[in-house]
Amino acid sequence: MMRKRTKYGKYALNVFAGLGLVYLFAPIFFIVAFSFNKPKGNFNIAWQSFTFDNWLHPFAEQSLTRALWKSLEIAAISTLISTILGSLIAVALSRYKFRGSEGINLFLVLPLTTPEIVLGSSLATLFLGQNFIDFGMTTIIIAHIMFQVSFVALTVRARIRGFDWTLEQAAQDLGATPLRTFMKVTFPLILPGILAASLLAFALSIDDFIITFFNSGPVQTFPLQIYGASRVRIPPQINVLASMILFFSVAILMTGTIAGMRKSAEKQATAKKFTLLHRK
Amino acid sequence: MTETVVRQNRIARNADRVGMAAMIVASVCLVALGAHWVSGPMVSVVVLVLLLVLGGVLGLAVTGGPEARRLLAPYGLLKPGMLWLALFFLAPVWSLLRISLSTKESRFSVQYNFSWAFQNYATAFRDFGKQFEHAFVYAAIATVLTILIGYPLAYVIAFRGGKYKNILLGLVVIPFFTSYLIRTIAWSTILADRGFVVRAMNAVGIGNVFEWLHIMDNGKLLNTPAAVIGGLTYNFLPFMLLPIYVSLEKIDTNLVNAAGDLYSSASRAFRKVVFPLSIPGVFAGTLLTFIPAAGDFVNAQFLGNPNTTMIGNSIQDQFLKQNNYPVASAMAAVLMVSIATLVLLYTRIFGTEDLA
Repeated sequence: MMRKRTKYGKYALNVFAGLGLVYLFAPIFFIVAFSFNKPKGNFNIAWQSFTFDNWLHPFAEQSLTRALWKSLEIAAISTLISTILGSLIAVALSRYKFRGSEGINLFLVLPLTTPEIVLGSSLATLFLGQNFIDFGMTTIIIAHIMFQVSFVALTVRARIRGFDWTLEQAAQDLGATPLRTFMKVTFPLILPGILAASLLAFALSIDDFIITFFNSGPVQTFPLQIYGASRVRIPPQINVLASMILFFSVAILMTGTIAGMRKSAEKQATAKKFTLLHRK
Repeated sequence: MTETVVRQNRIARNADRVGMAAMIVASVCLVALGAHWVSGPMVSVVVLVLLLVLGGVLGLAVTGGPEARRLLAPYGLLKPGMLWLALFFLAPVWSLLRISLSTKESRFSVQYNFSWAFQNYATAFRDFGKQFEHAFVYAAIATVLTILIGYPLAYVIAFRGGKYKNILLGLVVIPFFTSYLIRTIAWSTILADRGFVVRAMNAVGIGNVFEWLHIMDNGKLLNTPAAVIGGLTYNFLPFMLLPIYVSLEKIDTNLVNAAGDLYSSASRAFRKVVFPLSIPGVFAGTLLTFIPAAGDFVNAQFLGNPNTTMIGNSIQDQFLKQNNYPVASAMAAVLMVSIATLVLLYTRIFGTEDLA
């Protein structure tokens, strides 16, 4: 009796998880499917007929395309700067024991525990009262770096937690200059963590809406353009571009996973060879 | 001659104190400058102090020898990022608080004067009490729902995923590679009044059940509180699921097997072993879900109606449309302080050491 019940319980849980996945993908199916729709009127919300037209002309909506390029530009610049600032913080926190590191740790979490609307509106009050910078690209980039820095610092710190810093000592004992030590030993070893963090920062920047909304001025990013257009018209190109971004990210995710798997397989193979050699 | 050397050595040995003090002083200077705390000739004084402090530390690093350089290194690495956060995170919060206590010269003016105007807070509570209530109630319900959906899903992936674990985890994350706004707009189309979901519900006859549960309202799914909560739940689900998954994944399955060997039933093993060990994940997930959900205005805008607006909608409207910065800032300040208080209380009760 007892065993039977747990068995059913097991199935029930799997079915529930399956339903959860269906729920997660419901709007995604919808977005991709409607990228093949031929809408009547301005709103791509009722299914009319199947067409490849939208995919053949993905950049037909000029304002949308321009906004997407703007978003990519902003994401590239802000990611570059925030990755540098955040990684330096992460290295300081994990490499050195120093006075006040606990305070810094707490301070880094603060922007993450502040609602975006507070971050966005407060930054806007800062820009309102001055004459140095106009609202636009610069203010958006500043805002994005502000929320990216914490994410980068915490991600990189988590990834290099187990790093063996005595390797640096070893390199210097062998006569390497500090610069050479960094370029040849430290940097290559912490690079995967930094890359992962910068991908996250890039994704956060591309998709940010609330903070950007308060600090954009006349500049239209991709999310802002969609928001502004959504009351007047929802062209199918939105779905096409969204699907493209989706497929592109999935491709990156998959190459990352496959590369990771191949690398660990290679490592195992080398380890095996090594042990075999030494057994002889 | 020797005296100066001794003094220099003392400074070099305490270089870490110097480095920390310099960082704090520089941050305070930046906050003061950014938030317009100082004005007139004081601005030049503060700029001078800032430059002197940064120059002084640089000088110490150059002349202080290897010991001082080693002690100063972490502060040097921290400084660029920390000063950025001081100027663009701390200073804005300070200026937000200042503006929340200011009065505008006239309704259409963008000039405001600091005057301890606490009436802004009175206005915020009086006119927007309902929106505060919606924000906290909707966010709380959405957080509970993300636990109910996210926990079993994370559990199945962590313990039954086997070699498909990474693929399953990827599947969970993929939907969130599409834009946040597009996802929300997609939900508004799915739940639309003449959409197939509503039609199917009415055809099968479960519409009345949903009506009774207050999920549907006069045959509508869209533009109801339930739709707003549903949208929040969907959009913030990964913030709950991933931390829970991480904490479940760490659990040593031998512990569960040991419980079974000691004649514990499966459900008892879950209650006594697995669940307690996963609490840090639930804790982090709750913070990561509740905080953004309480400040959100996108879901209420696309999935709600004028009676379901949350505090985020009001702040956005007062700030960007009415140009009523003082009251908008007061609302943002109340939101910030109440969330900080909730987080503190929550940490006290369920306290775990690392938040991030």
